[in-house]
Amino acid sequence: MIATILQRLIQMAFVMFGISVLVFLIFFATPGSDPAARIAGRNAAPETVAQIRHDFGFDRPLPVQYALLMKRLFITRDLTSFVNRGQKVIPQVLDAMPATLSLVIGAAVLWVIGGIAVGLTAAAMRDSWVDRGLMIVALIGISMPVFWLGEVMNLLSQSRFHDTWLFSWVPGLGYVPLTEDPVGWAKALVIPWLTLAVLYIGIYARVLRANVIEAYSEDFIRTARAKGLSEGRVLIRHAFRTSLLPFVTMFGLDFGALVGGAALLTEVVFGINGVGRLTYQSLQNLDLPVILATVMYASFFVVAANAVVDLLYAAIDPRMRA
Amino acid sequence: MTAPLLDVRNLSVRFATEGGPVTAVQDVSFTVAAGEIVSVVGESGSGKSLSLLSVLGLHDPRNTTVGGAVTFRGQSLLDLPARQMRALRGRDIAFISQDPMTALTPVYSIGDQITEQIRAHEAVSAKAARARAVQLLADVGIFAPADTAKRYPHQLSGGMRQRAVIAMAVSCNPALLIADEPTTALDTTVQAQVLDLLRKLRTDFGSAIVLITHDMGVVAEMADKVVVMYAGRVVESGPAAAVFNDPLHPYTWGLLGSIPPLTGARPRRLPSIPGAPPMVGRVPAGCAFAPRCPARMPICSTEPPRIGTADHLALCHLSAEQRITARPPALVPA
Repeated sequence: MIATILQRLIQMAFVMFGISVLVFLIFFATPGSDPAARIAGRNAAPETVAQIRHDFGFDRPLPVQYALLMKRLFITRDLTSFVNRGQKVIPQVLDAMPATLSLVIGAAVLWVIGGIAVGLTAAAMRDSWVDRGLMIVALIGISMPVFWLGEVMNLLSQSRFHDTWLFSWVPGLGYVPLTEDPVGWAKALVIPWLTLAVLYIGIYARVLRANVIEAYSEDFIRTARAKGLSEGRVLIRHAFRTSLLPFVTMFGLDFGALVGGAALLTEVVFGINGVGRLTYQSLQNLDLPVILATVMYASFFVVAANAVVDLLYAAIDPRMRA
Repeated sequence: MTAPLLDVRNLSVRFATEGGPVTAVQDVSFTVAAGEIVSVVGESGSGKSLSLLSVLGLHDPRNTTVGGAVTFRGQSLLDLPARQMRALRGRDIAFISQDPMTALTPVYSIGDQITEQIRAHEAVSAKAARARAVQLLADVGIFAPADTAKRYPHQLSGGMRQRAVIAMAVSCNPALLIADEPTTALDTTVQAQVLDLLRKLRTDFGSAIVLITHDMGVVAEMADKVVVMYAGRVVESGPAAAVFNDPLHPYTWGLLGSIPPLTGARPRRLPSIPGAPPMVGRVPAGCAFAPRCPARMPICSTEPPRIGTADHLALCHLSAEQRITARPPALVPA
C-alpha cells in the first residue's frame, strides 16, 4: 500500500513538472509577443520593461528562464505584480485559499449527500412518478447557470425577502474567516454553498441513478436477492457499492477544478475573495504574474485530487489493488 | 403418498412488452419430492430458467405477471407477502446461478458474502457465522478454506467460484436447491466435480435439487425425474429411466439423439434438430414443435393432447403405433 502511494506521488510530481513546463511555454515562449511587455502591464514605462527583461532572464536561454521563474514561484516567492505595484503574488494566492476551500468543501459535502440521496431514491423507485419528478428537478438544477441562480438568491435573501423571518439571518455579501467567527462563517456561506451545490446535486444524482440501475441488471444482484436480503440491503450494499467508481471519479475532477478556481462565478456573485475571484480580477487587469500563479495553483489541485481518487479506487474496488 | 416439497401447477409467466403482453411460460406443472433431483431440460429460451426464477419470486414484478399455483411445504408462494418470501429465499429455497464469474458481488470477500446470508436468516454472531462460512467452504472441497474466505471473487478460478456459490447456497441448509445450469460455464473436468459435489450435498444435507440444464448427459447422470420444456411448455415429464428408455415426444427423441454415442462406429455427423425454437410471442398454434418435428401430421396444428401414463406424460398427437413407425431408427437405443 505504501509503495502504491509512493509510486502515485512520484507520478504526481512528474505530471506537475510537465504542467509547469507547459504553462511556462504558453506564457513566455509564445512566438510573436514580448513577455516582458505583457508582464509589465498596459502603459508601462520602457525602464520597467527593461528591468523585467533582465529580472526574468528573457535575454538568456529558455531553460534558464524556466528555472528562474520556478525559483521565484516556489523558493524565494517574490513574484510581484506590476499592475498592483509591488504586491507579492504568492501571499495573495495563499490568502485567497481559505475562502475558496470553505466554499468548495461545504458545497461538496452538500452535493455528495444530496446527490446520493436523490440518486438512490430515484433508482430505488425507478420508473415511478417519484423517479421522474426527481430527475426533472435534477435537470432543472443542472440547467440553471450558477451566476443567474446566485443573483436570484441574492435578490431574494438580500433584498426582497431580507426583512422576513426566512432570510433575516443572512449577513451581507462577503467572506468571514472561520477562525474569527465560526457562526458568522457558516451564515455567510450557507447560500453560496447551496447555489454551488445545486448543479452538482443534479449531475451526480442522474449519474448515480443510471449506474445503480445498470448494476441492477447484473447477476450478483439476483444472487443477493436469492440470498433473502432485504431490498434496502441489496440497494446499498450491492448495487450502490458497485456503482461508486464513476461517482468518485467525477468527484475528484470537479472538486479539484473548483478548488483550483472554477468556483469563480460563485465567488464573484457572492463577493467571496477566493482564488477564482483573484483570477477573475487579474484577467481583467491582464496581471500576468497573478494569472500564472493561479494557473499553477489550480493545476496542482486538479492533479492532487486525481491522485487521491486513484488511491480511493483501491479502497473501493479490490480488483484495482495491485 | 405424502405431499411433495414443491408443487408447481399450471404456472404461466407473461411479460408486458411494447407490443402487448407476451406469454413466455404456459401451463407448466411438476412436483419435487424431498431429497429428489429433478432436471428441467430445454433449449435456451424455452422458459426453463424463467419458470424457476418466478417460483422464487426473482422475476421483475414491474413487467412480469405470474399465474398458476406454486406450493412449497403446503404454503402458497405466489401470493406470499414479500417479507415472508424473503425469509424463505436463501433459507429454505436456495439458488445457484449459471455463471459463477458474475454471480458474486465483486467488492466483497467470499467469506463476507456467505456470512451475510447466514446472518440475514439466523441470529448468530459475526464470528460464529464466519466460522460456519469457513466450514462450508471446506465442505464443498475448497483447499485452505480460511484463506479462501478472505479472497475476493476475481482472485478465484471459475470452479472455485462455483464451489463458493454452492457453499453460500447451502449455508442455511435449504430444503430445496434450484441450480440454473450450474456447470455450463465451467470446463469439463470441473463440471464433473461440481456435479459430484451437488450429489454429495443431497446425501449430506438432504436437499432436493432442481437442476436446470440443456445437457442431456448431465440429466442422465443426475436426475431422478425429468421435465422437458419447449417454447414455454412442458412437452414431456416423467421418471428419468422412463424418459430415457421410452421417450414419448419427438423433441425428446431429438435431445437424446444429440448425445454422442460412446460405443459403435462414430457417426459422420451428430443428428440435430433442424430449425430453431420459436421466438417468445411467435409460438405457432397447436403443437409448438410441429414445424421442426420429423413426425409432423396435419392434426399437429391443433392443441396436442396429453398422452402416456399419470407418471410419464407428454403433449403429442402421436399414438403408440405411430410413434414406433415415426421414430427415426438411428435414434432408437441399441
